[in-house]
Amino acid sequence: MDVKRRKFLKIAGISAIAGIGAPTAFSTLLKGEVNASSGGGHGEATEKSDAHAEEKVVGKQYGLVINTKKFGQIAGLAEKCTAACHAEHNVPDYGNPKDEIKWIWTESYNHAFQGKSDHKKNDALKNLPILVTCNHCANPPCVKACPTKATFKNKDGIVMMDYHRCIGCRFCMAACPYGARSFNWKNPRETYANGEMKFYPNGINKEFPTRMRGVVEKCNLCAKRIADGKLPSCVEACGDTKGIIFGDINDPNSEISQVLKNTFTIQRNPTTGTRPSVFYII
Amino acid sequence: MMYDSGKIITGLVIFVIMITFPIWYNVGGAEQLPKVEKPVGKKECVQDTQFMRTSHMALLNNWRDEVVRSGERQYQVVEGVKYEKSLQNGCMNCHTSKAKFCDECHTYAAVKPYCWDCHVQPKEIN
Repeated sequence: MDVKRRKFLKIAGISAIAGIGAPTAFSTLLKGEVNASSGGGHGEATEKSDAHAEEKVVGKQYGLVINTKKFGQIAGLAEKCTAACHAEHNVPDYGNPKDEIKWIWTESYNHAFQGKSDHKKNDALKNLPILVTCNHCANPPCVKACPTKATFKNKDGIVMMDYHRCIGCRFCMAACPYGARSFNWKNPRETYANGEMKFYPNGINKEFPTRMRGVVEKCNLCAKRIADGKLPSCVEACGDTKGIIFGDINDPNSEISQVLKNTFTIQRNPTTGTRPSVFYII
Repeated sequence: MMYDSGKIITGLVIFVIMITFPIWYNVGGAEQLPKVEKPVGKKECVQDTQFMRTSHMALLNNWRDEVVRSGERQYQVVEGVKYEKSLQNGCMNCHTSKAKFCDECHTYAAVKPYCWDCHVQPKEIN
């Protein structure tokens, strides 16, 4: 009896050691390198932590180059862009800055570019209307913040919203460093007693939905117009002025890539690591 | 022998009358079945009538996900005519009246879909 037990325990012990050691031994033999399994993971980690590395290019990324010089030269062009966009997308006008819904709007230089000052700068810069909108970031913080995946990055690199899913938590608004998201505190479809719409004095575009109370909204880079082969409405509103250039910034042959390659441009708040896709020629 | 049989039987009768109240109250007063207005000159929809009757809401949800999330906006072709995968720009091209088409059944079935909180109906804008 005793001998049998001793023998059993010996075999069991050796088998256990062999069992634990075998995968390591196999991987060492197969890869011919002792550190093979840990090496890949370590390499990836260093790559990620290196903030100065070239940004990885994955798929399409539509973006804009906004030539602020043109907007300084042509009075009213920025307002024309805003009007075209807001009419196209049924952006309500609540007539109150606290409730304001903004898809594309103008800011002053020092407000648009955080950390940049207009102190002692030329007058032209101080009066320059900077057209700002959603930056359709390559690394969008709003998408990470959204608990329902109502906002997401689509295959064209557009930060899109599915208004059906939005629960109005406004995490995305807190996450966005550009203030590009607005919340509907009121029902945009509210009417006067005579049935006239309160917040759409010029009527609504029947091709596009409105929003409802309690959802966040933002620029969608005219995803539908792009799908139909048209330019975004702000770009179209600029006409031949080339005030805004639209295109795939990941396609090296696109017009926008050529402009970016040959012209000095800046982005809004790039230090947040959002990798904005809207560039500015100042 | 039954004590207080009068009271008990009366009580029972009242109880039965009350519990069957919904039945006899509605006798003969059944609602008319909804009559939806069908598009003139069109015979086919994107799916057959039975499917549309039971599952149009699922179809619309799928369309929304395909269009908004995956960017699959390919047209639906019915009887050689292209239609957008869209409620307000697709369906409502033929079904031109929300009141006479959508509401007719929805009211009968006491469902209140929230489509029109955001989407724009063809004529009667509210």
